Amino acid sequence: MKIIVCVKQVPDAKDVRLDPKTNTMAREGVQSIMNPYDRHALEAAVQLKEQYGGTVTALTMGPPQAEETLREAVACGADDAVLVSDRAFAGADTWATSYTLAMAVRKLGDFDLIVCGKQAIDGDTAQVGPGLAQRLDIPYVAYARKIHSCTDGKIRLERLMDDGYDLVEMRLPGLLTVVKEVNEPRVPSLKGKMKAKSLKATVLTAADLQADPACLGLRGSTTQVVRVFSPEFKAERCMLTGTAAEQVDQLLAKLDSLQ
Amino acid sequence: MLKIDVDGCIGCGVCESTCTFGAIKVEDGIAVVGDKCTLCGSCVDACEVGALSIERAEKVVISDLDSWSGVWVFAEFRDGRIAPVAMELLGIGRQLADQRAVPLSAVLLGSGLGEQARELIGFGADQVYQVDHPALASFTDDAYGNVLADLARAHKPEIILAGATAIGRSFIPRVATMLATGLTADCTDLAIRPSDGVLLQTRPAFGGNIMATIECPHTRPQMATVRPLVMKPLAFDGARQGKIIEVSPDPVLLQSRVAVVESIREKGDQVNITEADILVSGGRGLENEKGFALVRELAELLGGAVAASRGAVDSGWVGYPHQVGQTGKTVCPKIYFACGISGAIQHLVGMQSSDTIIAINRDENAPIFGVSTYGIVGNVFEVLPLLIARLKERRGTRAGK
Repeated sequence: MKIIVCVKQVPDAKDVRLDPKTNTMAREGVQSIMNPYDRHALEAAVQLKEQYGGTVTALTMGPPQAEETLREAVACGADDAVLVSDRAFAGADTWATSYTLAMAVRKLGDFDLIVCGKQAIDGDTAQVGPGLAQRLDIPYVAYARKIHSCTDGKIRLERLMDDGYDLVEMRLPGLLTVVKEVNEPRVPSLKGKMKAKSLKATVLTAADLQADPACLGLRGSTTQVVRVFSPEFKAERCMLTGTAAEQVDQLLAKLDSLQ
Repeated sequence: MLKIDVDGCIGCGVCESTCTFGAIKVEDGIAVVGDKCTLCGSCVDACEVGALSIERAEKVVISDLDSWSGVWVFAEFRDGRIAPVAMELLGIGRQLADQRAVPLSAVLLGSGLGEQARELIGFGADQVYQVDHPALASFTDDAYGNVLADLARAHKPEIILAGATAIGRSFIPRVATMLATGLTADCTDLAIRPSDGVLLQTRPAFGGNIMATIECPHTRPQMATVRPLVMKPLAFDGARQGKIIEVSPDPVLLQSRVAVVESIREKGDQVNITEADILVSGGRGLENEKGFALVRELAELLGGAVAASRGAVDSGWVGYPHQVGQTGKTVCPKIYFACGISGAIQHLVGMQSSDTIIAINRDENAPIFGVSTYGIVGNVFEVLPLLIARLKERRGTRAGK
């Protein structure tokens, strides 16, 4: 089985803040990491490979330093790695990103399954996976939480719904996006780390992809960011005072007046 | 590409301090742009001498924007009822449609729809496109996506809104790709720009630490998903008149490459925290499972549901369905108790619109107090048992009456 895993290098979102004075992203101490959901996607792919045989290719689009994330992917079980990188890709929204990734997947040839994390923690859009599937004209299942089996050209899995889950069956080739419940990602093995060290990722540029320049980067994007700002919260605060018992009594009086 | 006019640049550094991404720096008195540039344009607007510009190649195809008209809401239907988020979307959809002076339509897909379309009209829709077919009984991305995209191609709405539910977030990206247009996920604010009628879509990014306003300038429809409980529905008006349009799609559109074998509804721990009037929510400040039991006890006494911060869920004291915040659920109860929750932004974005917020926290500088209606600075292990004891006393006196 030939499996492609899409991974993304992201800033560790929990550390990202806007400085309210300068409107600048405070970057001190913000690390670049592999998108946490993609770790689960990678693990799902590696487990499928271990069970059914085949190869796992890690695919990322990003600046040259995103190779670091591919190295991690190889350390955790990917067989090879592809970096899709070009200045022409800068400013891409999910529409342009799914186009670019689809061109890269086509370049890589036949495959059986693409696995993505459900979303990336920087944008939180959850759009690239389904968008990529549509561009490749293959079926997809979003929010997979458990993979049952993968035989006879079909994959059987559970997808998370708001009120429970659906047991579904998808024809291959297809794409799935996974949630964290799907597995517990492994830590890199020593062998994997050794392999990662000597990794030379295949690099694909816009020219390699024979991509339409009008569909790439900012120019190919259907959405544009008009403004970036810090969230504002209402601040009607009434701090209660006194001993804990007095505060509790005040609170109960306030609650009574609400009802 | 961001272009820098080296003769015009005075090296003032305004661009550097404006750039959200740390992508532009002044070196030797001239601005230099680096790899991190996302072409957001903030620096171009900020540059006082007009030395910066973004080279935007003309789009090859500018679609005939003006021929797209009307606002659509996708009305999710599951288990014999319309998802409440559809009514909320009709609320904001009504505003947008009125501002644009265009009709508001709902799209209702499913099997056994009965009189449900009337509900949508009562909540503000001028018309409902209804597709009632057994093939739509279970949700599939293929059939739902094909039908919605086909309707949109035929009727050309300028805006399509959908709930950011499991279903909406799954198939709406496919529809946007099929229609070759932009989609903004999880919007918390939608507004029409008066000058050109464009939809301004505001959403959190970076785990809610940053808000971004996004537009879809060159293509239609403008598509957005909106989280449940962010928008307010209109009051139901049974007298409202509207048109119900039955649509029979081409059978080919109803085929799916994914088969739903079985749908399992989970109960038990799956309390729907988005529907509770009172939520008692606990965070890391409760220290352990035993501490978290105080939250459960208070919730029970108040007749409310148990909620939690990401920290409490990550610690394993309570399940993920209870999680409030950017990566959990957005809630809007009448009363929200935040016990031992410091108030990381990713939590605040999920609960800040609650009617009354009561925070109990040791640290008086905790951000949670910034959004609280009433704040108690104190030890949760002292305050919560006191509160529980008082409520028990009251219950006792009431029962004794």
